[in-house]
Amino acid sequence: MSDTTHTGPVLAADGTPLKRSLARALRMQKIRALMLIAPLLLFVLLTFILPIADMLFRSVENKIVSDTLPKTVVALKDWDANSGETPDEAIFAALAADLQVAAQEKTHTRVGSRLNYENPGISSLFRKAGRKVKRWDLAEDGPFREQFIKIDEDWADPEVWRTIQTYSGAYTNGYFLNAADFQKGAEGAELRPENERIYGTLFLRTLIMSLAITVSCIVLGYPVAWILANLPSRTANLLMILVLLPFWTSLLVRTSAWKVMLQQQGVINDTLVWLGLVADDARLVMINNQFGTIVAMTHILLPFMILPMYSVMQTINPSYLRAAKSLGATNWTAFWRVYFPQSVPGIGAGSILVFILAIGYYITPELVGGTKGVFISNRIAFHISQSLNWGLAAALGSILLVVVLALYWAYDKIVGIDNVKLG
Amino acid sequence: MKLTKLTALAATTALCAPMAMAADMANEMTIVSWGGAYQESQLKAYVVPYQEMHPDLKVIWDESSAEATAKMRAMTEAGNVTWDLVDVVASDAMRMCDEGLAAELDHDEVLAAAPDGTPASEDFGELIVSDCFVPQIVYSTTFGYRMDKVGDTPPSSICDIFDTAKYPGKRALQKRPIDNVEWALYCDGVAKDEIYDVLSTDEGVERALAKLDSIKDQVVWWTAGAETPQLLADGEVVMGSTFNGRLFSAIAEQNQPIDMLWDMQSFDLDGWIVPADLPEDRKARVMDFLKFATDTQRLADQAKFISYGPARASSAPLVGKHAILGIDMAPHMPTDPANAGNVHVYDYEWWADNRDDLDAKFQAWLAK
Repeated sequence: MSDTTHTGPVLAADGTPLKRSLARALRMQKIRALMLIAPLLLFVLLTFILPIADMLFRSVENKIVSDTLPKTVVALKDWDANSGETPDEAIFAALAADLQVAAQEKTHTRVGSRLNYENPGISSLFRKAGRKVKRWDLAEDGPFREQFIKIDEDWADPEVWRTIQTYSGAYTNGYFLNAADFQKGAEGAELRPENERIYGTLFLRTLIMSLAITVSCIVLGYPVAWILANLPSRTANLLMILVLLPFWTSLLVRTSAWKVMLQQQGVINDTLVWLGLVADDARLVMINNQFGTIVAMTHILLPFMILPMYSVMQTINPSYLRAAKSLGATNWTAFWRVYFPQSVPGIGAGSILVFILAIGYYITPELVGGTKGVFISNRIAFHISQSLNWGLAAALGSILLVVVLALYWAYDKIVGIDNVKLG
Repeated sequence: MKLTKLTALAATTALCAPMAMAADMANEMTIVSWGGAYQESQLKAYVVPYQEMHPDLKVIWDESSAEATAKMRAMTEAGNVTWDLVDVVASDAMRMCDEGLAAELDHDEVLAAAPDGTPASEDFGELIVSDCFVPQIVYSTTFGYRMDKVGDTPPSSICDIFDTAKYPGKRALQKRPIDNVEWALYCDGVAKDEIYDVLSTDEGVERALAKLDSIKDQVVWWTAGAETPQLLADGEVVMGSTFNGRLFSAIAEQNQPIDMLWDMQSFDLDGWIVPADLPEDRKARVMDFLKFATDTQRLADQAKFISYGPARASSAPLVGKHAILGIDMAPHMPTDPANAGNVHVYDYEWWADNRDDLDAKFQAWLAK
């Protein structure tokens, strides 16, 4: 018992304090473990985290204006945008110097298209001016103010200069404002005109439709998973193939098949007309709208719901149900009070999978969604490959990412992520 | 015996290859195109004959022309352009040229002259819309309609599209403002040469959208050119816009009950650009191929496989019969005088400036 009064550190056999010796041994183990997962870590970092970070960064990055027009940006610092007057000769001279360099490197059109997002028409101003400025002699040909205005009188418009000034910082919230249907006006952020608002509607629609798809997957998938889990394994395996077979078929093939089924001259309408349930001139419109998107996506995402449910249900011991019944429970009570709560982790896992997949889908909605059934991802794809407004696409993508994370957080609070089981 | 012959052949080829190849030409070339029947026509008209002359050349196809500008931008930013020759529409070529993604060319120097000696720049004429662009074909966006669903008087004017009383049923239109707003204003009584002036005002845009509103619930919006022929064949729509070559293939090759409405067909150009800053050996190969592929005979040959008009004036008289069907191709060309009575040429400059703005309005209108 005298040991307990000993105040010095406990020593290991070699005389070093036990704590340090233990820490060293643990560190060695940690490093070894880290080395083992290093390739994976590196892979995830390089192919997943970095591109996402880069994408997020693009949504606020705005170096192009200050990089391409450095002198103009400095000269414009003291100009008062609300004065309603065209800038003076010094600023035009700075612009001429900047544009000459930019036109040689062909970056002036990029600045033009960047500013064109905010103020349509600027793109052509820069393009026209670039062509002329290339040939000017900066030392001799001044003053430049009149010459710019001669190229295009819009150079005299203070609004153009206000746009350049507003977007001269290295970072901007302009893309995010745009993604939320706002724009930068003379007095800070303002709502876009009503006929240009689109993203709020699209985000809301994406969420609601993804939710509808998740719910219909639960409703359709639950009985199937239950049957799969409770049949003898030979029959269950056969049924499982029926679930997996469409899953292995190309996404495009399945989507096109729905087009053939659902269109007005399609299989379902033809059958309904033949049965006399629907008049020939009043065929149902089931595609190129929200209904078509929900049906096709439910079909495509259904296996992602069934598989986790099935693997959870398989682990539920059937004797619990028998016990409940032997204690006098009806079939429904036994199911609802004993079986269902145990299958909730499967529903949770399936729902998260389906919902998150659905929220980012764009091929199927593009093909069968018409105008009312497209998702926000369709706009992101459009801005990446068609309009080339990558900043806006990045902002939309970032918002989508935040929404998904927020929903995940809410789900964790309400249901608890520990309740999610994939098997 | 056979084996030794093969080995001998392989050895000879291997030995001769470096000699056959002009000292500084790459032996591999990536061509970017649109896939489908169009790419097939390029393969048959240019690439196969060229490869017969240069058997060592390996050609890789990439079917990314629809996203060419975006991909070129990404590749240039990453500093690794893997494409050698890119087939794009004129407006994309102009964008890439302005941004320095495509190489500027001296058309008379790099392209073959016409057989009678006319320099290339004159032979292509106004179709050289950008210093980087080598025009190849003239195509158009126009309408097809179901012959069996339009009664005894088939549509003859573009404005019949907006007449749902006379021609009930759905229409297919491309899901973008370009062409649609011009047609709408034209049918709302705006003179052809004033369309862009009217569109430049907010009221003009409202007016165009209001006209489109009158048929909005009857429209199926397409994004891929193949959709309209399919929708017409299925009987899903009565009439629809698409590229004239797609309609030709539905009518002539698949014998669908479809006919063309050429009124106010919207002319557009398609052609080649060469990425800027290619390494010397690759550039030498591309330029050699480009000179061959855009000469008078080759452009006329392409028209044997697809109903797009050759961009060279000197090729037009050489346009012959379809390579397989044996039908005369000239009447199916958008440039044929019988078809080109009333054409719409869209204003590239105007669209370059107003695309983002108009698109925002159009998409918001669609979503409503």
